Formats: sequence, structure tokens, C-alpha cells
Amino acid sequence: MTPAIQLAGVSRLFGAVRALDDVSLSIAPGEFFALLGPSGSGKTTCLRLIAGFDRPTQGKVLLDGEDVTDIPPFDRSVNTVFQDYALFPHMSVAENVAYGPRVRGVAAPERHRRALEVLELVRLRALADRAPSQLSGGQKQRVALARALINEPKVLLLDEPLGALDLRLREEMQLELKAIQQKIGITFVYVTHDQSEALSMADRVAVFCDGRVEQLDSPRDLYMRPRTAFVARFVGSANVIEGELAQRITGEPRPFAIRPEAIEVLAMTEPPPAGALSCEGVLEDIHYHGATSRWHVRTNTGAVLSAVRPESAPVDGAPVHGSRVRLAWSRDSLVPLAER
Amino acid sequence: MRSSRDWNQASLGQKLAAAAGLAFLHLPVWVIVLYAFTTEDRTYQFPPPGLTLHWFAVAFAREDIWAALRMSLAVAAVATSMALVLGTLAAFALAKGRFRGREVITLLFVLPIALPGIITGIALLSAFKLGGIQPGFWTIVTGHATFCIVIVHNNVIARLRRLPQSWIEASMDLGADGLQTFRYVILPQIATALLAGGMLAFALSFDEIIVTLFTAGHEQTLPIWFFNELFRPRERPITNVVAVSVMLITLVPILLAYWLMRPNEPDSK
Amino acid sequence: MPQPASRTFASFLYGRRGFYLSLLLLPPLLWLGTVYLGSLFALLVQSFYAIDEFTARIVPKLTLATYRQLVSHPANVDIILRTLAMAVAVTLTAAVIAFPIANYMARYATPRMKAFFYVGVMLPMWTSYLVKVYAWRLVLAKQGILFWFVDQLGLAPVLDTALATPVIGGPSLASSYLGMFIVFVYMWLPFMILPLTAAFERVPVSLLQASADLGARPRQTFRNVVLPLALPGLAAGSVFTFSLTLGDYIIPSVVGAPGYFIGMMVYQQQGTAGNLPLAAAFSVVPIILIAIYLSLAKRLGAFDAL
Repeated sequence: MTPAIQLAGVSRLFGAVRALDDVSLSIAPGEFFALLGPSGSGKTTCLRLIAGFDRPTQGKVLLDGEDVTDIPPFDRSVNTVFQDYALFPHMSVAENVAYGPRVRGVAAPERHRRALEVLELVRLRALADRAPSQLSGGQKQRVALARALINEPKVLLLDEPLGALDLRLREEMQLELKAIQQKIGITFVYVTHDQSEALSMADRVAVFCDGRVEQLDSPRDLYMRPRTAFVARFVGSANVIEGELAQRITGEPRPFAIRPEAIEVLAMTEPPPAGALSCEGVLEDIHYHGATSRWHVRTNTGAVLSAVRPESAPVDGAPVHGSRVRLAWSRDSLVPLAER
Repeated sequence: MRSSRDWNQASLGQKLAAAAGLAFLHLPVWVIVLYAFTTEDRTYQFPPPGLTLHWFAVAFAREDIWAALRMSLAVAAVATSMALVLGTLAAFALAKGRFRGREVITLLFVLPIALPGIITGIALLSAFKLGGIQPGFWTIVTGHATFCIVIVHNNVIARLRRLPQSWIEASMDLGADGLQTFRYVILPQIATALLAGGMLAFALSFDEIIVTLFTAGHEQTLPIWFFNELFRPRERPITNVVAVSVMLITLVPILLAYWLMRPNEPDSK
Repeated sequence: MPQPASRTFASFLYGRRGFYLSLLLLPPLLWLGTVYLGSLFALLVQSFYAIDEFTARIVPKLTLATYRQLVSHPANVDIILRTLAMAVAVTLTAAVIAFPIANYMARYATPRMKAFFYVGVMLPMWTSYLVKVYAWRLVLAKQGILFWFVDQLGLAPVLDTALATPVIGGPSLASSYLGMFIVFVYMWLPFMILPLTAAFERVPVSLLQASADLGARPRQTFRNVVLPLALPGLAAGSVFTFSLTLGDYIIPSVVGAPGYFIGMMVYQQQGTAGNLPLAAAFSVVPIILIAIYLSLAKRLGAFDAL
């Protein structure tokens, strides 16, 4: 099946800075695909190349198998939802949504009708005649979505659309976006720096670091089997054990990752379970997070490992702040990482 | 003790100083308005012996004043039109690009305003003499257009810089090419800047004397007429009438332009 | 559906940013380049020509004769120095007068007061230049308003003494350097007030509060915190007052003492005297002086304050 989007050996240089370094990826039709990474990692540059606002220094961009590298954004069947929504203030909500059909020559009554239809989809039909300045952040975001969807693009690009919303609203919108995508069935390419957002919404995630794709996998595979130290830390904040500590624990200097919830924290008096790997340290910090607590233990080599304990864990006999503890985990929860 | 008061209050002395400065700025202009109505026509006697509208009628009957007025209006109209086109083109190029030579070009757009008018005037005259060009309507327009371009450019570029790049990208993303984007998205946003720049340019061109004295030759714009009258002792009140008229003609568009360019913009956030 | 030509052209421009920029810049640059820069060049060339003493015609041969004439005649040097002195005096005075106004506007005025003051400063600034000059001529005239006002206050003898002062005095205010000086200050005052106000406004309130918190009295805060931060604004405003005074020829003609100023010389030499090269040479002087002043002002940060 022809991929909806394909980047082939794409690099983007700004002077000496390599914003994107030889990136190749394929996105399947109907997929919810996330570009995840910290700021400056190249994920937004990647998105802009797909949209056409920027051209690659090297490599090709293909949409539906067709090379669109030289085609301007207004001729690509791709639409974008911008981070600042980019709603035109001198037009009403309905006029904003009807903009795409308008510039393609659709008559006024027809495009107005279509606009109201799409506004119905995002549940904002009642605000059709308002000015953008009168809307809340969440409402603006939905208008931006409607404005993009009315053109029935093959691909919808979203550039950190939920960044400006507060937590409750963000979670609500995440569910809504996912529902809309599944209902309409078009390909979504979603840029975010929030790994929990990517994990919960996407079918596959590409993790960006310094202009390169470190790993491209399903959310579960990313979380359970990170391939590099960066991915281990960035996605799910796993512990990365390397160097001397790794040598001590496994006998090899090869780095590995261990997820905080896989670690059991035992008092020095308790013996580790059979067959488990372990190390010792001092319980330095306990951070309460409601449903769980995060325990930070400084090992003998100086590295700090964190373990997650559910609220339901027994309190009596639990190790106290400042005491020596033993950390233990099973051999299969150890994830080997690539050398740096 | 000062500290017991709200420390962000100005002292009485400061307030008086500020008010006095403002009064200093305004009084002379109001004097002119007053003198346009005086009955005394030979001296600048104050207080004026009487007030009358007589001089307004006399001034309006003078053909040379009307001719000069028509000349000023024509020059201003042509110069402003040229400036609107050229200034806007330049503003678009310089608003957001980073390219080699941008600093130099920006400097070029500052010079006509940075260097005193007399330099522009004598420079243009030197060029005309060297080229054997006779001073006339078009030489006046040339001088005016040069600084009008800068004024329009400054107004438009200020507004363009406040236009988020994402709006233009969004428009293109939705299928509008450059021309459509300009028509539907950019133009509505810069319309007031264009209007303000145009009106400012018109007003400044109408009022221009410093450069025009060098480039006009035998033609007379209204400011030139006025300048020549300054040294004639009789018919002073007529001069005053013209002064008040010029003031109004130039002040109204400038105030309108300023009102248009006030920075409280609705934006998409 | 066949593409309209504009769309094809827009597609062509895609990725050809340099071409697009050149297309935009060509007409205005062509104009400013040929008309403005060209005429500046012509000015320079003219200054290197000279007038033939016998035919009173311009000899199109490059020579330094005109410049030599400029700097060797003591009268000419006098003119330059006189203009320079006036420019400096006006700049300093304008700065002093502008300070309390700008300070009040930036720091103490309520938003409504501030708007009122802004309009109050802008209105005279935008009023017709010539009308303002004329207005002052009326005000300063021998029997004009200022005299009446001074007389009412009983300060007539003070005015007489001022007018009797050598050099700056004269028969009346309308024909003395003192009067000219007043008009200059009046004219360029808004140009000093506005950048200064902007500079004062840019001093964050938190800095003033921090200074007070650390024990400084208002005057100390002003001297140690506000003044140094407002220096760029002061420099910016001074650029206007300096260069505008240096180049002006109308004010000295309308409200003036017999002594000549650079601007008047330029105007006169190209007109009645027909000595365009000398006029050109004279006008090169303000260009050089302003260039020097601009580089000084730039070092004080004036360009960031504009």
C-alpha cells in the first residue's frame, strides 16, 4: 500500500545547523502518527516540510507516492492546524472555516452550508457568527480544526495544538481529536513534546533528537523496549543504568534501562527475590504524586535511580527517608540499550 | 516625609513643569488662529483691536492663492500615489526577510528622513542642473515622492511586522496562492496602515517647503506662496487666513492617520 | 480546471525567494537609488566644481578650489561655527526642557493623562512647519504677544536687558539670535520629548521598586537607575534637534539676526549668487557633522531607542 506520506533521506540545514539530518520515514494512510521530541529536535521542521512551508536542503517529500518537493503548500492536499491557531481576526468563525472552499472558487451559499456542517462536527455550530477574539482557547482550536477538515485533506498536520490549554481541557481535547480521527479516517500527523500525549493518542510515534529519528515504534514498544538511552529517558522516564553501575549489576558494561515501576524497594533486612538483580543505595527523596510516590535512591556509585510505588503499598515496615535500601528487579524487565 | 505619600505621585513642581512645557508647545499656534480674525492689518498688535471674518472673504477671492492651492494638491496627490506603490513594495521585501544587504537597504530608506531637507533639496537641484532638467511640476513631485516613499514604507512595515507569519502560512495551507493570500488576509490587515501612510504622506507633501524651495523653479505651491508673503508687510491678515487653512488641511489627515494607527488591534489570540 | 496565470506564477516563485525579493525591491530601489543617491552624488560632484570668476559660470572640471574657498574665508568659517553653536545650544536646552515633561508622561501620568499629553505633544509637532515659524514671528514681534505678556508681568526691563546683550540680542526678539534660539527649541522640542518618553517608559517599574527597596530616595533612583537607562532616548532625541537645527534655513531667515547660517548660505548661493558649487560645498559640512554626531549617538545606543 502506498504510504500517505514518505520522507526520503530528508535533510534541512540552516547555515551550519542541521535541523534535520537524513530523516526517512513512511506514514500509512489512516494512521495517527506522532512526531515526538524536545524543542529543537527537528519535529516541527519535519512537519513544515510535509506542509510545504519549507523546502528540504536534500531529499524528497512524497505524498501518496507523488513527489511534492517542488509543489507549494497551496497545491498540496495537506492541511495544518497551527500552534497559535492562526484564525483570521477580520473574518467570523464561519468565514474562517469557509476560507478553503472560498479560495477554490466555491460559491458563497454552498461554502457557508459546508462550513456549518463541519462546525457541527466539532460542536461549535452555535458560534458560527462570532469573531475569533470572542472565543476561548479550546474553542479557537476547534475552529482551526474545522477550518482544516472542511477541505477534506488526505493528511491533517497538527503542530502542538493543545500546548496552550490547561490540563483538564487538554485531556478532553485529546479524546476528541482521537475520536474525530477515527471517525473520518484520514491520516493525522501530530507534533508534540509531551510524551504522555503521544503515547495515548498515536498509533506509531517517531522520537526525534537533534534532527534525527531515534526510534519509530508503536507507543507500547517505545515504552517497553526503548532502543537508546535518550528514548528510555524521554518516553516514560525510565532509569538508564550505564558504565560502572551496569558493570556491577550485570557483569557487562553495556547500558540498560529499567522502568521505575519494575523496581522494588526493600529494606536492607529483606532478602531480594530469587533470580532478581539488585543494587544498594540510600533513600534520598520521596515525591508524593497522589496515586503513586516516586522514590529516589542514590546508589553506591552516585547514580540516582527512581522507583515508583503505588499508594496501596503497605506503609508499615516501609523504608524511611535517609535509610539504606535495596533495589531489586527481575532479569526480564531489564531492557538493553544501544551503545552511545 | 516623601515616603509617607504614594511614591509614584509626581510632586506639584513636576506637574507644573510638565504643564508649562505643554502650554509652551501650544500657545503660538493658537495665536495664529486668533490673528486670522483681527481687524488690524498693519501690525501684529496685541491684543487685537477687533475681530472680523472679512479677511477670509478677501483671501478666498484671490486667484493666486487658489492656483497655489491647486498646485499643492496636485503634487501631493501624485507623490502620495507613487509612494503608496513603491513604499508598500519595499515594506513587503524588508519586513521579514534576512538577506545580504538588508542593513544597507534599510539605511537607504532612513536617509531621506535622517538628513535635513536642505541636503535633499540642494542635492536634487545639483542633479537637475547637471542633467539639464528644468525645474517644474515633476521636479517638485520627485522631491516629495522620495520622502513620501519612506513614510509609507515605515507605516506599512510596522504593521506587516505585527502580522504573524502563521496567518500567511495558514492561508497558503488552505489553498490560497500568493495573490489570494494578499487579497484576503494581508490587505485587510494593512489597509489602515496604507491609509494612514497615504494620509501622512499627503499632509507632509502639502506642507513641504524646505525641499520644494529648491526644486520648484517658477512654480508656486501654497507653502511657497506663503513663504513669499512672509516678508510683505501689508495683507498680513490674508496670510494669517492662509496659515489657518493650511494648518487645518494638513492637521486633519495627520490626526486621522494617527487615529488609524493606534496599536489596539484585535488579534487571533 | 486550468490554473490562472497568477497561480502558475506563484508556484514558480515557490522556493525562489531571492527572485521574489528582487522583484519587490527593484522599483523602489531603482527610484531611491537613482533619484536620491544619484542626486547626493551629483551634490558631491558639484562641490568639486568651481565658478569661473569672470564668466560667473560653473566650470565642469574637478577642483578643490571651492572647498579651499569654504575653509579659508573667515566669514565662511564663522558661519559654520555659528550654526554649530546654535545646534548645540538648542540640543542642550531642548533636553533640559523635555526632561520634566517626558519624566512626568512616562512615570507619573495616569493612562488618560498620558494619552492627553501624547496628543498634546503630537499636535504641535504635526502642525504645518511654516505656520509655526510664522506664528512665532507674530508672537515675537515688537508689539506682539510676548512683549504684551512680559509687559503685563512687569518684566519689560528684563527683556530690554536681554535684548541689549551683545551677540545674542537685537532690536527685537523677532530679529535676534535669542528669538531664533527660542523658535528652534520650540520647533524641535517634540522630537526630543517623544524618544525620551519612550526611553523612560522602557525602564521597568520593577527596577524602580528594587531601587527603592534597597533604600534609595527618589532622586537617587533617578540619578543612578533612570538616567543611565534613559541615555539612549536622550541620544536619539538629540540627533533630531542637532541635525534639524544644523540644516535649517527658513527659521534664520524669518526670525533672525543679520548673521548667516549654513542653511541660509546654501539657499542664497544657489539662488541669487548662482554659485551652486559653493552651495554644494557648504551643504557637505552638515552631512559630515551629522555623520560624526550619528556615530557618537550610535555608541550611546540611540539607534536602539529609535
